[in-house]
Formats: sequence, structure tokens, C-alpha cells
Amino acid sequence: MTAVGSGRSGAAVVAEVLDARREQLAQQWADLPLFRTVYTSGRDAAVTAAHRLVDTLADVAHGERVEDTTVPALDRIRPHLAQTINARTRAGCSSPQFTAEVAELKTPLMAIVAQELTDEDRYSGLLAAAALMGTLRLVVMEILLNQGDDIIDRQRQQLLEVSTPIIKLWDRVIAVPLIGTLDSARTQVVMETLLDAIVDQHAAVAILDITGVPLVDTVVAQYLMKTAMAVRLMGAECVISGIRPQIAQTIVQLGIDLGDIKTRATLADALAWALEQAGARIASKE
Amino acid sequence: MSPEAVTRLPVTSDVQISGARHAVREAAIAAGFSLVEQTKLVTAASELARNTLVHGGGGHMEITTLGRDQRGIRLTFTDSGPGIPDVAAALSDGYTTGQGLGLGLGGARRLVNEFAIDTGPGRGTTVTVASWPRGARRVTL
Ligand SMILES: Nc1ncnc2c1ncn2[C@@H]1O[C@H](COP(=O)(O)OP(=O)(O)O)[C@@H](O)[C@H]1O
Ligand SMILES: [Mg+2]
Repeated sequence: MTAVGSGRSGAAVVAEVLDARREQLAQQWADLPLFRTVYTSGRDAAVTAAHRLVDTLADVAHGERVEDTTVPALDRIRPHLAQTINARTRAGCSSPQFTAEVAELKTPLMAIVAQELTDEDRYSGLLAAAALMGTLRLVVMEILLNQGDDIIDRQRQQLLEVSTPIIKLWDRVIAVPLIGTLDSARTQVVMETLLDAIVDQHAAVAILDITGVPLVDTVVAQYLMKTAMAVRLMGAECVISGIRPQIAQTIVQLGIDLGDIKTRATLADALAWALEQAGARIASKE
Repeated sequence: MSPEAVTRLPVTSDVQISGARHAVREAAIAAGFSLVEQTKLVTAASELARNTLVHGGGGHMEITTLGRDQRGIRLTFTDSGPGIPDVAAALSDGYTTGQGLGLGLGGARRLVNEFAIDTGPGRGTTVTVASWPRGARRVTL
């Protein structure tokens, strides 16, 4: 089915409609949940926001690239969309709900386009308008996805920090109990936190306790060696404690040479060694 | 005594290596491996899966439970990467073409009961290992 058009592109005719019916469309959009629920302070603010969106879409249509989510014109509304998304998310709106609210903008636009255009332009105009709204939706989804990543990154970071407590065992003796799988992100955090703590507490001995680490393969061993080396470069001694029998056996069979890194079976043994270094001693009362 | 319970897992990311370790641990527990035996097999799997990812460009792992009562476990790691031109060198301690310790392949061999490698330049690499809990009757690889 081909419509005989006026020779102008669908994008061009939509751009004209958006310019000519700017006010009408902005007023209608301002009443939809997307704007109404965010701009609670007053309808004027909602209308202003709706104007901004109409103008942006008109620019995109003038530029003919109605299907391109990367056109610079769209960058203008990205921060506003992100803010709107934030506000709606805080109010408990889910991502699918939000995209549905964005999709609602389409109906008034299509109605106006259909009404404004002559028969020869209507078909291509409606297609272009639909493409434009599809592009807007994609931009929204992009923002939603990125925000999701941000949230996950943030939670991950918090989890890493929470799970890396540095414990002061004694004057100038600190310990970090490592628990779970040591991946590169985690060891990076452990290393940074530990080195900071050595400076803050003028630590002379840092104990890495691996009682809670289920497995030491060559990658984990490499992490441990690097951390121990960094601790030493800071002028402190590093002791690895909590080496359980099954871990000791696998380390030996892998052929890993921990060099002159001090190791102790338990955290208590490591502490006893540290105290000895510091000139203190724990003796049982006779 | 025919093989049973074959599980196939992709090895194309760090997260999947961690998933592979968990799967091997579970299979080893189900097969009656002691804590030391589990740890050895899981450590070997960790090394071989990482080689599949890092040197082989990704591939997959298969876990096969062997026998019925006292069960062994066979693991195969397959990739279609560059292959290993000199297997003897690759197996020797400290040999690495990357940034590792060069102990993974030889170490994995010491951690399991049976070890086989099928590779060659341009042929990809398949490493097969098998272990049995102590006192189990063994079937051949
Ligand atoms: N699946 C594989 N595909 C290609 N090359 C491999 C593979 N596995 C091991 N190799 C080669 O064998 C070498 C030794 O492996 P390994 O002992 O695990 O040490 P590392 O992984 O620390 O380099 C690697 O550096 C690599 O050159
Ligand atoms: Mg390796």
C-alpha cells in the first residue's frame, strides 16, 4: 500500500505539525500522569516541561533523523528525563510503569497529526510520528538501564566495603578477616582499605585472615602475595592466618611458593606472633 | 556402569567460572567426597576453567558423575581457542604465556586422580580430569 504523498518527508510534516500545534499538544501532555505526577507544585511547571519535550521532538523531526537515539537534540532532554525518572522511582513507580506512562504521550500526538495533515501526507506523517515516539521510548529505556547499573554498582561497592572490616586487635596490630570468594574487585578494596588503615593506625603488623575463604587457587594466591608485598612496602609486616588443612594441601599441590610471607594456622597464632614482635607477651596465670 | 548425570555449563565469563566452581563443589559433595577431596577437585576446576576462558577464549565445562554407589566425577573443559603447541612446556611449573603464575595446568594435574589433554596448534583444547573419593572403585577415564 503506497500513499501518494506531497513529496515532503514524513519527518518534515511532523515537524511542521509540532511547531503549529505546540501549545495544544503541551497542554494535553501536561494532563497525563507522566507530567502531572511529577510537577505537583502546579500545572504551569508541567506545561513548561511538556513544551520542552515538544520543542525537542520538533528539532529532531526537523533534522529528519526520527529513528536515531543519538541525535544531539535529544541530549537536551536527557537530564530532565533522568530527573523525572528519579522522582517517579522515589514515588514507587516501576520501570515498566514508567515506560507505559511515556507511551501514553503517543495518543494525543497521533490524533493531532492525523487531524492536521491532508490525505496525501497523513500516512507518512503518522509513520514518522510513531517512529519519533519509539525513539523517545528507547532513550527512556537507555536511561532506566543506566540508572539500574548505577544502583547495582553502588550496592556492590557498599557490600564490598561492608564486608571488609578492619579490626584493631592491639596497639599497632590490625586484622582483616576475608570471607567468601576473592574476586579482583574485592581484593582491590581489601588492599586499599588495608593500606589506609596501616597509615591511620601506624600499624606494624597487618594480619590477613583467610579462614572464611573457601578456596585458594593460583589467582587468589597471586592476590594474597601482592597484598602482602604492598603491606611490606608500607613498612609493616604481613601475616596470613586461617590456613585450614585442605587449603594448605591445595597450595602445596599447586606448587605455590608463598616465599617469605609469614603464615599461621589461626588468627590467635598470628596475634601471638604480632605481640611478640611488639615486645608484649601473653602468659597464662600460674 | 554407564555414565550418568551430565551437566554442561558455559565458561565465557568470570561469573561463570564461579558458577562452575559451585557446580563442581555440589557434585563432589553429592558423590561423597571428603572436604579435602572436594577442595582439590574444585581448585583444579577453577584453574582449568580459567584457562578455558583466558587462554582458550571461552568454551564450556561438562560434569559427569561416574558409577553408581561410590561415585567418581569427570570434568571436561573444552574450547576452540589457539590450542597448546608445546604441552610439556605448558605443564611445567612456572611456564606462562600470560600474567599468571604458570602453575594452573601442572597444579591441576597434581590435584586430580586422572588427567588427559587433547590439544594442538589451531585445534582448540580439551582437558579431561577425573577424581574418586577415597576407597571408591574406579572406572577408567
Ligand atoms: N585452554 C588453553 N588454551 C590455550 N593455551 C592454554 C590453555 N590452557 C593453558 N594454556 C597455555 O599453558 C600455559 C600454562 O597454563 P597454566 O599452567 O594454567 O598457567 P597460567 O594460566 O598462569 O599461564 C598458559 O600460559 C597458556 O600458554
Ligand atoms: Mg592458568
